[in-house]
Amino acid sequence: MSNNGKDFEPRIVGFLCNWCTYAAADTAGVSRMTQAPNVDVIRVMCSGRVDPAFVLKAFAEGADGVIVSGCHPPGDCHYNNGNYKTFRRMPLLEAMLQQYGIEEGRFHWGWISGAEAPKWAKLVNEFTEQVRDLGPLNWKRQLSSKEE
Amino acid sequence: MAENGKLKLGLYWAASCGGCEIAIVELREKILDLDAAAEILFWPCAMDFKYKDVEAMPDKHMDVVLFNGAIRSSENEEMAHLLREKAKVLVAFGSCAHEGCIPGLSNLFDRESTFERVYLTSESVDNPNGYLPQTSYQMPEGEVHIPTFYNTVKTLGQVEDVDYYVPGCPPQAPQIWAVVEAILGGNLPPKGSVVGASPDKTVCDECEYERKEKCVQKFYRPHEIIPDGVSCLFDQGIICSGPATRAGCGALCTSVGMPCRGCYGPAPNVEDQGAALLSAIASVVDADTEEEAARIVAEVVDPVGTFYRFGLPASMLHRKKLEGR
Repeated sequence: MSNNGKDFEPRIVGFLCNWCTYAAADTAGVSRMTQAPNVDVIRVMCSGRVDPAFVLKAFAEGADGVIVSGCHPPGDCHYNNGNYKTFRRMPLLEAMLQQYGIEEGRFHWGWISGAEAPKWAKLVNEFTEQVRDLGPLNWKRQLSSKEE
Repeated sequence: MAENGKLKLGLYWAASCGGCEIAIVELREKILDLDAAAEILFWPCAMDFKYKDVEAMPDKHMDVVLFNGAIRSSENEEMAHLLREKAKVLVAFGSCAHEGCIPGLSNLFDRESTFERVYLTSESVDNPNGYLPQTSYQMPEGEVHIPTFYNTVKTLGQVEDVDYYVPGCPPQAPQIWAVVEAILGGNLPPKGSVVGASPDKTVCDECEYERKEKCVQKFYRPHEIIPDGVSCLFDQGIICSGPATRAGCGALCTSVGMPCRGCYGPAPNVEDQGAALLSAIASVVDADTEEEAARIVAEVVDPVGTFYRFGLPASMLHRKKLEGR
């Protein structure tokens, strides 16, 4: 694994919907697919349940990267259209994170169905390397840094 | 209390526009009642007081200090610490002290870029030698100092222990009077409470427009549309902070056709006003495909400035990332 000389282990928070991506992650684990150990998974009932505040809080409290993943639209959502809420909110959240100076590569949102375990394992590995290359975000430190 | 039985009151302004002082004057004839009930020991905006007058007071000498303004400079912060020492009850008065307000939007920049804009590139500035403020300067008489301008605007609560928060830009006169009465009557809620505003409602609860199922196809900025005067502004595609904002103002802005801008701060039990507003705004976009949704939400100009217009310093992330830290 290349880490561009950045010797740190990224801390990544993944908000996964119970019905699709969490199932994929579970399958990936049970099938012993090789995955980076950097993603802390938080299971939510639906990707539409992911309040933008969850993502902001993750970054504020020390995450270097955040993943939000749910069921494929249009038809896979267990609740019919919860993922519609996701694809309406996430692009606006993305734009906001960029205004905050949080690099694009630190936030990923998308769709992985229960049958796509290899896709999850691949995302975990690639995203971890991508965040590793960006280096630590360390939001807390920049806030506590003494002014003058 | 003073010997004459009056409440010993102090008022101070830090990084603010002066609107909170005007709000006190907006009490109108009640200001006479305020004068009858309170002895004003410190109010630099209205009368001549020196900081050393405050320094000379014994600790906890003033019963209540209403502190408006954000913490922008070392002077603001010093005064916050000093007034905390001298006050029994320290109140963050108005949006700036409560959550950073408009000055807090400069948390999207840092000191260097703020100075560059204000002192060098602004169209109304004539500064051919490029002078920038220095915190110390050697004069023939000796070295003089001025306060340091911080990179980050903070709220009063982020630098000192605050007893109560009065929201609003500015706080509305009836609400101020309600707070004064609560102080005089001694029936104050638990420490840390937001007072002078609704404990459990949002601006939408006070707004009288007709609401329907929301389904927004296009977002408008206030100057791009004339509201119909009947239906909810948000239903018409105007971004209104009502759903994410604490009630207390009486829906002043919406009643004259302007969207709520969010100055009363996050709704009760909401930690991050901007995230709550983003969530509310985006989820009612009338889009059934990812491409359509992305196109419509891209019409929102300046998301941070819109969703955190009054509360960026108090938000979860507080500011833009500082480079090199």
